[in-house]
Amino acid sequence: MEAIALAHGHGHAHEEEYTTTGIPHDKMGMWVFLCSEVMFFTGLIGSYIVLRFASPFWPQPSTVLNIPLTAMNTFILICSSVTMVQALAAIQRGDAAKMKLFLSLTLLGGSIFLSIQGVEYWKLLHEHTTHYPTGFNPHVSLFGSIFFTTTGFHGFHVLCGVICIAFVTGKAFLGKYTQAHHQGIETIGLYWHFVDLVWIVLFTIIYLI
Amino acid sequence: MTTETEHRTPNYMAIFWWLAGLTIVEVGYSSILPHSHKAALIIGLVGFAAIKASLVALYFMHLRFERKSLGIIVASTLILGCILVSVGIGEAVLPRP
Repeated sequence: MEAIALAHGHGHAHEEEYTTTGIPHDKMGMWVFLCSEVMFFTGLIGSYIVLRFASPFWPQPSTVLNIPLTAMNTFILICSSVTMVQALAAIQRGDAAKMKLFLSLTLLGGSIFLSIQGVEYWKLLHEHTTHYPTGFNPHVSLFGSIFFTTTGFHGFHVLCGVICIAFVTGKAFLGKYTQAHHQGIETIGLYWHFVDLVWIVLFTIIYLI
Repeated sequence: MTTETEHRTPNYMAIFWWLAGLTIVEVGYSSILPHSHKAALIIGLVGFAAIKASLVALYFMHLRFERKSLGIIVASTLILGCILVSVGIGEAVLPRP
């Protein structure tokens, strides 16, 4: 028997939508997409771990990478995740002004993260050290190759997230979201938190271990 | 069938302070512990990262308050991911016959 349920998700506090799962369709779609993203990043992180275990020589990441700068960047991404969830909580309370403020702060946080990652890349590529006289780039070592691939793909995901949040923020300022209708914020919020979650894992595995 | 997934709003700021605190502890742990203690370093740091990732998934992504069916979908993916990484590590670490 087909189970028909009324979804009362976060974005549908006062409106009812028939779904077979009890979960709004767009939210379910985002979760399925995120599951495919889990496998994508698992492939990258798994490759990093396998290559590192299999390599006889691997540089200690703290001797090559700027850990304090990246720790600060991690903190900024965590802050942007908090402001994203606060934006959702605000519109659920019907506080549109706070929602706009928190969405703008999230956009700012994401942009700062990308800027700092850009600075980190520029320094790595152009600073000449004793270990890497031509700069640390994807050509110099296996570590360089997998480092830029993994963090680069994550950075691309952050960029996509920033573009989507800019779109959602624009809609928020046009008054398109209400206490009863704000599924878009929750859906992009799920993506943004996932990007934050992936970075938490990447920061530990690539930078700290 | 009517279902309710509405829930009391979690204390997001408390989660934030936990995440920030754990990040500081992680960085301190990796810089204080000698890198010769590789096993302790890996177990500790992966443990901290797992706690932080769980906090984000459970509270910011609201998985704690979602339906079980969604939890099963996500858990299946994570199990498949763990199998993928475990097989890769085994291939790299275990001696070949």
